[in-house]
Amino acid sequence: MSQVTTQPSIDQIWEWLDAVPDPEIPVISLVDLGVIRGVAWDGETLVVSVTPTYSGCPATAVIALDIETALRGHGIADLRLKTQISPAWTTDWLSDKGRAKLEAYGIAPPQAAGGPEKCPHCGSTEVTKVSQFGSTPCKAHWRCQDCLEPFDYFKCI
Amino acid sequence: MTADINKDEAFTQFLLRMGDNTLILGHRVSEWCGHAPVLEEDIALANTALDMIGQTQMWLGLAAEVQGDGKSADDLAFLRDAWDFRNVLLCEVPNGDFGRTLMRKFLFDAWHSIQLGRLMKSSDERVAAIAEKASKEVAYHLERSADTVVGLGDGTEESHRRMQESLNYLWPYVGEMFQSDAVDAEMAAAGIAPDPASLREEYDALVSRVLSDATLTIPESRFAHKGGRTGAMHTEHLGHLLTQMQWLQRAYPGAKW
Repeated sequence: MSQVTTQPSIDQIWEWLDAVPDPEIPVISLVDLGVIRGVAWDGETLVVSVTPTYSGCPATAVIALDIETALRGHGIADLRLKTQISPAWTTDWLSDKGRAKLEAYGIAPPQAAGGPEKCPHCGSTEVTKVSQFGSTPCKAHWRCQDCLEPFDYFKCI
Repeated sequence: MTADINKDEAFTQFLLRMGDNTLILGHRVSEWCGHAPVLEEDIALANTALDMIGQTQMWLGLAAEVQGDGKSADDLAFLRDAWDFRNVLLCEVPNGDFGRTLMRKFLFDAWHSIQLGRLMKSSDERVAAIAEKASKEVAYHLERSADTVVGLGDGTEESHRRMQESLNYLWPYVGEMFQSDAVDAEMAAAGIAPDPASLREEYDALVSRVLSDATLTIPESRFAHKGGRTGAMHTEHLGHLLTQMQWLQRAYPGAKW
């Protein structure tokens, strides 16, 4: 019962979680996405706090399942996931690593100005909005006027 | 109605009103999935419906918690009948055409955004947290529905005519959102939610500005259909909606995804 030394460190757990991909945008991890709000030991139980991106995002249940599967795979049997809705998720919580990976993947990262800075394919700044919504709740649909390619823009909220 | 209502009962009623609004309107908007005039609109409608269903889970989840009899948000959504629903009538009337769907969405979004702004300062921290989360989504919904109302209102002769007809049809359903009863008095006294009437001035300013940009005329009459948020009398349309929304749980009780 008192073998606390066998508990993986909090840093170790963050590292494991940083290897769990977002189910809809697999180039970034759940840690990059900023949805994991806390990791702590409550006695023998590991408590992971998760916040949804959008309240109706269908990936939320898959995210919880993926966290559970990954941590159980690392031998953590006693695990509790906690949904935390406040403070509300913001794209400010996307990591710099995550932003760079999004862009390399062809998704323009969120900008405070409310639209993409440039086309993630050719870098042109001549871009126009096609629709305020895109393939997932967190994205909008844009198009480049130079290379003519459509692309997703990660909405800034 | 007498003011003889205890705080938990009033709180439950308030939460049902919030959750049923988003549930029923979310269902209405989702009826467009696969039918919208262009792909982008189809995706947008489905996305906004999804946000509303997500918000419903939070409101009805809290309603079930406050009610404290072991029910879940799903039980409340799928196992109540028409007379137990507390959504305003505006949310349950049929979609009509695309223009009327967006006009209704705009008239609701405008109220919703103001209401959530006030609820973020609620004395109940669970209500404040849900409002904070939902308000980010609703700000985006309002931007889109207002833009579309302006685009279609100030559009072609045909789109203008349809939007004016939509406004004429829907305007008598607006007043119900600002009516107050004993539930609201109890919520206002507890600092949980604002008196609905106190939102009207801000609402009128916002709606007038957008509808004026849309070159549309707000009907003079202040007549208001009511009965949805108190449950006194819903329209015939709600029952039809529920037969579709609830049939699976009714036909296969306890079925799980």
